[in-house]
Amino acid sequence: MNPILSLQHLKKYYSDQKAVDDISFDIKEGSIFGLLGPNGAGKTTLLRMITGIFYPDGGDIILDGQKFNPIDDIQKIGYMPEERGMYKKMKIGEQALYLAQLKGLSKSDATEKIKYWFKKFEMESWWNKKVEDLSKGMSQKLQFVVTVLHEPKLIILDEPFSGLDPVNANLIKDEIFNLAKKGSTIIFSTHRMEQVEEICDHIVLVNLGKKILDGTVAEVKQQFKENIFSIQTSEPFTVQDNSIFNIVKTENNKIHVKIQEGYQSNDVLSYLLKEKVNIIGYNELLPSLNEIFIQLVEGTHASTRAFHAEN
Amino acid sequence: MHKIWLIIQREYTTRVKNKRFILVTFLMPVLIIGFGFGFGYLSTTGTEHRKIAVIDPNGFIKTSLKNTNQIEFSFPLEVDTLNYNKKGFTDILIIPKFDGVKKTDYILRSKKSMGLMLQNSITDKINGAIEDKMLQESGIQQSTLDSIHKASQFAELKAYEDKGSSSKESNAGLAMGIGYASGFLIYITLFIYGSMVMRGVMEEKTNRIAEVIISSVKPFELMMGKIIGIGAVGLTQFIMWIVLILTLSSVAMGFLPADVQHQVASLQQSNGQMGAGMMQASDAAKNIYTFQHTIQTANWPLILSCFVFYFLGGYLFYSALFAAVGSVVNEDPQDAQSLMFPITMPIIFSYLITNMVTQNPNTPLAFWASIIPFSSPMVMMARIAYGVPSAVSYWELALSMSILIGGFLFTTWLSGKIYRTGILLYGKKVNWKTMIKWAFKKQ
Repeated sequence: MNPILSLQHLKKYYSDQKAVDDISFDIKEGSIFGLLGPNGAGKTTLLRMITGIFYPDGGDIILDGQKFNPIDDIQKIGYMPEERGMYKKMKIGEQALYLAQLKGLSKSDATEKIKYWFKKFEMESWWNKKVEDLSKGMSQKLQFVVTVLHEPKLIILDEPFSGLDPVNANLIKDEIFNLAKKGSTIIFSTHRMEQVEEICDHIVLVNLGKKILDGTVAEVKQQFKENIFSIQTSEPFTVQDNSIFNIVKTENNKIHVKIQEGYQSNDVLSYLLKEKVNIIGYNELLPSLNEIFIQLVEGTHASTRAFHAEN
Repeated sequence: MHKIWLIIQREYTTRVKNKRFILVTFLMPVLIIGFGFGFGYLSTTGTEHRKIAVIDPNGFIKTSLKNTNQIEFSFPLEVDTLNYNKKGFTDILIIPKFDGVKKTDYILRSKKSMGLMLQNSITDKINGAIEDKMLQESGIQQSTLDSIHKASQFAELKAYEDKGSSSKESNAGLAMGIGYASGFLIYITLFIYGSMVMRGVMEEKTNRIAEVIISSVKPFELMMGKIIGIGAVGLTQFIMWIVLILTLSSVAMGFLPADVQHQVASLQQSNGQMGAGMMQASDAAKNIYTFQHTIQTANWPLILSCFVFYFLGGYLFYSALFAAVGSVVNEDPQDAQSLMFPITMPIIFSYLITNMVTQNPNTPLAFWASIIPFSSPMVMMARIAYGVPSAVSYWELALSMSILIGGFLFTTWLSGKIYRTGILLYGKKVNWKTMIKWAFKKQ
C-alpha cells in the first residue's frame, strides 16, 4: 500500500541551529503513527511543515501520492496543536462553524457535521456558550471536534490527552481508534510513552533534529531487547552465573537472567530443568518504550536545546 | 480569497454586534449634538452676572463703562474694599487718578475671580475712555469722535477664491474648522482602530488560536482579514455618525419656533441679500441662515471622499505596523507599550503639525508633511479643507495619495513578514531590530 505521507530528506534550519536535519519516513494509510522526541527535538517544527505552516528549507513532502501543496491540501489535514486555542469571547457553535468553514466546508455541511459531533460527545447544550465558560477538559474536547470535523485523511494530534480526565481521555482514545478504522491516518505526537505503546502502530523518534529510531512498536522493542528473561518458580531456588546466562535480579520465586551470546532461550530452560527447578513461568522481558526513549535521549542535552529553538 | 472573506466577516460581525460598539456609535452623535446645543445655550444665557462698583476720581471714564448683559457698573459713594460685598456688589474697581503720562494699575477686587475675557473687555473700555479723553483734549469734537468710532466698524472681510473665470466665496474659519475636525478624527481613529488591530492579533497569539487558523489559511490572509474587517468597522461607524448627525440636526431644526423656520426659509430663497427678508428676520434666524450658508461654501463631496481615502490610507498604513507589534508581543502588555512607541510618536507629531497647518496651509512644512505617508492622512486633510486646487494643487494631491498607497503596501508587506514569524513565536522578547531583521530575511 502506498504511504499516505512520505517525508523525504526534510530540512528546516533556523539561524543558529538545524531544527529538522534531513528527516525521512513514510506513514501508512490508516495507521496510528507516533512521533516521539524530547522537548526541543524538532517535533513541532516537523509538524508545522507537514501542516503547511512552515516551508521546508529542503526536501519534499508527499501527501497522498502528490507533492504537498499547503493551499489545496488543507482540507486533507486536521491539526490539533499542543497549545490549544479558541476565541474566548466567541460562541462555541459559531466558532466551530467558523473554523470548519476556514477548512473549506460549506456552511450547511459544517453545521450538519458539528451537530453530529456535538451529539456524539454530548456537547449539544454548549452551542451558545462561550469558550471562556468551559473547563480545560471541555475546551479540549471542542478542540478535538474541530480538528476532525472536516474528515481529514491525515489527523495530527499534538499531545491530545494532556489535561483530560480518564473518562474523557478514553472517549478521545476510542475516537482515535475509530477514525483509524474508517481509514484516517493519525499522527500522534507525545512524550507519554505508555500511551504510545497502547495506541501506536508505528513510531519514529527524533532527537536534535535527526531521526534516531523508526519502526513498529514490536520491531523497536525487538531491536532494543537485551535478551533478558524472567523465570518464575513454585519455590525459592538458587542458581549461579554460568556460561549460558547471568543473573540480573533475584526476587523470592523469581529471577531475571540475561542470556549470554551464542545461546538461545531454550538453553536456559534445559539448564534449569537439569537443575530440577520447578518452572511455572518463563517469558522474555522486552524493554518499555520509556526505557528505550530515556536510553537514547539521555545525555544528549536535548532539553537545553529547547531554549534556543525557533529563532 | 473565499477564506479571507470569512475572516473579514468574523472580525467585522463580532465587533459590530458588540454592545460597546453599538453604544459608542449611537451615543457619540447625541453627545456631539448635545454638546453643541448645550454650549450654545450656556454661552448665551448661562453666563454669570457681575455687579461692579467703580470708584473713579477722574469722572470721564463713567461714560465709557456702559452696562452689558454681563456686567452692571455702578458708581456709588461710600463703598470701599471692605464693604462692597455687603452692599451687594460682586467686584470693586478702583481707578487711580489719571495724570496723562504714566502707565498705572487699575485695581479690581472680587470675591470670585473674574474670567480673562471679562477682564479684557473692562481694560479695553477704560483704555478707550482714556484715548477719547486725550483726543478731546487735543481739540477733537465729540461729534467727530463718534463718527470715527462708527467708521471703524465699516469693513467686513468677505474672501473669494478665483477658479478660472468664476469665483467662489471662501471661508477661512470654516476651512480651519473642517481641517481641524477631520485631522482630529483621523488622529483618534488611527489610535482606536490601530490598537484594536493590535489587541486582536495579541488575542489570537496569546489564546494560541493563531496556530490552528494558520494551519488553514496563510498568516498574511489572517492579518489582512483582521485589518480589513476592523477597517470596515471604522467605516461603518463613520457612516452611522454622519447619518445620525444629519438626522439629529434636522430633527433639532424641527424644534425651532415656526416663525424662525419660516424666516430661515425666506432667507434661503432670497439668498440672504434681500432687504425685505433681512428686515424681518430675527437674530436667531440670521444666525442659522449664516451657519447654513457658510457650511455650503465648502466642497463637501471632495472633502468627504478625501476623508474616506485618507482615513483608509492612514489606517492601512499604521494598522499593519500595529499588527506587526501585536504579533511579537507575549503576554506582557508592557512590551506592547515600548514597541508601540515608534508607531505612536509619528502619529502624535502629525497631529501637532496638523494643528499648525489648519492655520497656515501653504508652508513648506505643510507641503512635506502632507506628502510623507506618516503624516499625510492628517495634514493633507487640513490642507484640502482650504480648497483644491487653490490651496492644494492636483499634482500635490495625486502625489500624496500615490505615496500613501505605496506606503501602506510597503508597511503591509513589511508587517506581513514580521507577523509570520512573530505570531508563532512564544517566550522570546523581541525588539524592533529583530523585527526588521525578520522583515528583510530571505524566505
